[in-house]
Amino acid sequence: MVDSEVTRARVYGVLETVKDPEVPVLSVVELGIVRDVEIDGDAVTVVITPTYSGCPAMKTIEDDIISALDAAGMPGAKMRTMFTPAWTTDWIPLAAKEKLIAYGIAAPGHSGVHSPVQLRRRETVLCPFCGSDNTSPRSEFGSTACKALHYCNACTQPFEEFKAI
Amino acid sequence: MLGHRLSEWCGHGPILEEDIALTNIALDLVGQATLLLGRAGAVEGKGRDADALAYLRTDRGYRNAHMVELPKGDFGFTIVRQFLFSVYSMHQLEALQSCADADLAGIAAKALKETRYHVRHSAEWVVRLGDGTDESHGRAQDALDELWRYTGELFTTDAVEQKLVPQKFAVESSTLQDPWMRDVSDVIARATLRMPGEVYQQRGGRSGIHTEHLGVMLAEMQVLPRTHPGAKW
Repeated sequence: MVDSEVTRARVYGVLETVKDPEVPVLSVVELGIVRDVEIDGDAVTVVITPTYSGCPAMKTIEDDIISALDAAGMPGAKMRTMFTPAWTTDWIPLAAKEKLIAYGIAAPGHSGVHSPVQLRRRETVLCPFCGSDNTSPRSEFGSTACKALHYCNACTQPFEEFKAI
Repeated sequence: MLGHRLSEWCGHGPILEEDIALTNIALDLVGQATLLLGRAGAVEGKGRDADALAYLRTDRGYRNAHMVELPKGDFGFTIVRQFLFSVYSMHQLEALQSCADADLAGIAAKALKETRYHVRHSAEWVVRLGDGTDESHGRAQDALDELWRYTGELFTTDAVEQKLVPQKFAVESSTLQDPWMRDVSDVIARATLRMPGEVYQQRGGRSGIHTEHLGVMLAEMQVLPRTHPGAKW
């Protein structure tokens, strides 16, 4: 029964179908939340890292991963959380960033290190709707911990940006 | 502590964006506290998890600085406090990234990314309020003058810290004062505010002696798990 063999590829195949509950166009693999998959016989352990310390979606993500693996014939998966290295939006691949833009969320730029008390953001955020660089930040914080609010002066559309951290 | 104080703004922010921002910062801080208390409970080894440490300690068991337990005040007070504390927290987390406890170092690296946003957000607001109208300038200055007596405590050391610093498990708080003062003076100047002079410095939080505000706050924060022991949410 080759089909029932538990392999990393099979686990990853399932994980790629598990979407982030807040950003449902990206999978937990694309977001870099899944750091590793450990297999011991039939026992699966998925190693994840939280995006933000207080991200309220982490519990839902864990439950979604366990139930997706269960539905795919790999019941009883365990979750383990690791903190090092700290999650960064630099792990999100280019193709996934394009999906974000198509979904209407400006993609994160390179995280870099901000100067301690820098008062104005240097990088321009492009409007995900019309592509204009004539945009203004509205708030560093948006509908979720991972997003900031902006306004496009060209197409007069408010939009969210996936913050680079 | 500060996460709870910020959460009191939920639904009361002066504008929608700030309501969202303050509660997002609250979420980050409560998240950081959960990770730190979880690690503390594991090191203690008595089976206390983050919830037990947050919800089942009495005021004397808390070791937080007085600054973070003060009532939220007006928006100016909340912003100035957030700025003074976030700059302190940022420098502390930067140093903790290289501490000897790998878990604590990992939590610090993660929290630092969030805290840099808190610094930027609050610093922008300090400038906006200070360099704004007479009303906003006056309120920001009042907040700064009121809070200044609580800043000294952030840089005091205690017996636990003295024991942990040589083993690289903790950061010597006094070393954070110069970088903190540099960043704070810079923003205060840009905000056209006046640096308070030498004033009496309030202490005691680090040894469990608190202001009268903490007990009232804990009563609200802890009522659910104390009324319904073992409740899950």
